[in-house]
Amino acid sequence: MSENPEEQSQEFPLEVHDLTAGYHKKPVLWGIDLQVPKGKLVGIVGPNGAGKSTLIKAAMGLVPPSSGWVKIFGKPYKENRQRVGYVPQRESVDWDFPVTVMDVVIMGRYGHVGLFKRPKKADREIARDCLDKVKMLPFANRQISNLSGGQQQRVFLARALAQESDIYFMDEPFAGVDAATESAIITLLHELREKGKTLLVVHHDLPTARNYFDQLLLLNMRVVAYGDTEDVFTYELLQKTYGGRLTILSEVADAVRQREN
Amino acid sequence: MFWQQTSFVTRHSWIETACLLLLCFFVPEHIWAAKIGDVGADSSLGEQMLRFLSFRDPSVRYAVAGAILLGISCGLLGCFIVVRKMALVGDTLSHAVLPGVAIGFLVSGIDATGLFEWNFDVNAIEKNPTLIFIGAVIAGFLGTFFVSYLRKTTKIKEDTALGMTLASFFAVGICLLTMIQELPTGNKSGIDKFMFGQAAAIGEDDIKLMMVVTALIVIIVYALYKELLVTSFDSGFANSIALPSQWIHHLLMLLVAFSVVIALQAVGVMLVSAMLITPAASAYLLTDRMHRMLFYAVGFGVASGVLGAFASFLKPNIPTGPCMVLGASTVFTIAFFVGPRHGVLTRWLRHRSRSENVRRENTLKAMYQVLENRNAQPEESVSITELAERRGETIDEISIQTKALDRHGLATLHEEGNAVLFTPNGWQLACKIVRNHRLWELYLTNAANIAPDHVHDDAEEIEHILGDEVVRELERMLEDTTRDPHGKNIPGFEEIHKPFTPTATGPSGYGGNS
Repeated sequence: MSENPEEQSQEFPLEVHDLTAGYHKKPVLWGIDLQVPKGKLVGIVGPNGAGKSTLIKAAMGLVPPSSGWVKIFGKPYKENRQRVGYVPQRESVDWDFPVTVMDVVIMGRYGHVGLFKRPKKADREIARDCLDKVKMLPFANRQISNLSGGQQQRVFLARALAQESDIYFMDEPFAGVDAATESAIITLLHELREKGKTLLVVHHDLPTARNYFDQLLLLNMRVVAYGDTEDVFTYELLQKTYGGRLTILSEVADAVRQREN
Repeated sequence: MFWQQTSFVTRHSWIETACLLLLCFFVPEHIWAAKIGDVGADSSLGEQMLRFLSFRDPSVRYAVAGAILLGISCGLLGCFIVVRKMALVGDTLSHAVLPGVAIGFLVSGIDATGLFEWNFDVNAIEKNPTLIFIGAVIAGFLGTFFVSYLRKTTKIKEDTALGMTLASFFAVGICLLTMIQELPTGNKSGIDKFMFGQAAAIGEDDIKLMMVVTALIVIIVYALYKELLVTSFDSGFANSIALPSQWIHHLLMLLVAFSVVIALQAVGVMLVSAMLITPAASAYLLTDRMHRMLFYAVGFGVASGVLGAFASFLKPNIPTGPCMVLGASTVFTIAFFVGPRHGVLTRWLRHRSRSENVRRENTLKAMYQVLENRNAQPEESVSITELAERRGETIDEISIQTKALDRHGLATLHEEGNAVLFTPNGWQLACKIVRNHRLWELYLTNAANIAPDHVHDDAEEIEHILGDEVVRELERMLEDTTRDPHGKNIPGFEEIHKPFTPTATGPSGYGGNS
């Protein structure tokens, strides 16, 4: 704990200010304000098209913001990218790609290895440890297409672990995995939190969200509510998030796009 | 194993050949021997082959070296094109360079005496590799720029944009090409060779350019291997670790444009994209690792390039391009059929041998059951008719099976083929199959609570594929393994390894099988 409150406020693992972002000139997120404190396991929930994935992509600069800014540990993303780990959606890659499980996990070290250089023995060791943590070490030399959905997700998780980051963004890590993998993942997330890591996890299943996360971010194109799970997980707030689509915002978004064209 | 070894051999032999050939070029030799195409049809095939294989003519050396260099560059880049699913992009790029080639030709006729005093001299038109290279790369980039611009600003999707760009650039190229050929010097300029390729038209300057470009490609792919790999596999993740995915994509496109242009002379505009894609696709079928895929693709590219050059040397009227592409397609066909894991023929053979195994095991099982019903000893013979009845098959079908058992040393024919006897091996296998079958039935009824009359069909399949480990696991889980759910005896260790005293009276006896 820092004694200087001002310095502490600058050190938020993730700070988002008035962020508006979207695709093809059509905004998906409107004026997002967010300050995530250290060591929290945060679930991002909301209906389809609420901009959950877009929020974490915008936080990492993968989707350029049309206004506002994002800071990671008080600095722009590019300066602190080594402190960020990312688990993309499992469907975002081609699992027939000619690489082994180990090759994928070592990719987690690429950000530390640097341009033009090859991963070293130490990097391989780290990758092995991470594979062991998700209980996938026996599969290290398998080609990735021979894996089940749950196994694929564990490989992605191991790759993120190999990044040895302080803040993690995970896009639907529980989508389409078996119950064993789901509980293994949640144990791992809790372990990471105990080590003081900050985790933001896009989640689509409301009933489990209540048990899994310390904090919830209810999102529907804007922040409906953000706070500790017991405070936020209320009928009214959920109704506000999921019920009655925010029709005005989507109408305005259409109007913006039409004018720009 | 088999393929690994092969690749190792190819890898080394092409390195050696390449070194040898590179050495040849630095031997000062300015005597221009006859071009490949000038060789008359009167020389015999053997002589021709000797000429090619001895590398006596510089033009042969240039052609082979060119084929090797383009095999390396196209093989390396082709792998990334295939795994990034950009094959159509390669095709478009190769067609889009044609107007650039033509303009490169025309520019060589411009004589700039001052900033605004340009003279165009038709007679000065010549094949200047550097100018053609520059023109082609610019045209290629214009083409890719058009594609991405169309995609971004309209709702036209990528495939349509690619198809349109390919066709329109190619059309412009054809018009320019025809115009050049109508010029007085156009015909002997050799520009017509750019359509289908002629390795014999490769000159010293071309080779120098090809060497520079290939070296550049090899160095960049080696240095940026990890970046190329991660951006190809997961571009979102690559972006998140701040790798410049976009720049790497553009760099790759630039290198592809380079390799297309240097391959043009030998393969031709029409078919050059096949040299990019086909060797890489063959390699993709054969391996699950990216770095091996790169080596295989280079090997295949070089092999098909050299074979193509050789074929067009033997038959000079056929352009080199089609020969090389046919070579590459042959390699692909072989990989498709006999690839060790995914080959169609390999899979079929594997399937066939598996189903033959199953048939043999079923016949052995029938023999066991016949003896069991008769309460007979394993040494006694089983007649063909009994077996046919048991299996519900004809006598002919069964005798084919018993002959197969005889061939495999599992049973011996007896009484002129009308009866069979178990060999010790056959008896053990039969016991094992019956044991597997009944253990599985027992497991299904006891552990999975399936009614005893429902388990037989499932066990018919499972009996052939249960491994020793699973069987042990089943034995551990089941307490009593003496009787199956239908009350039949499950052959145990003692029965399987029963001392076998042959009582054979037949002439073939035991051990008389191959």
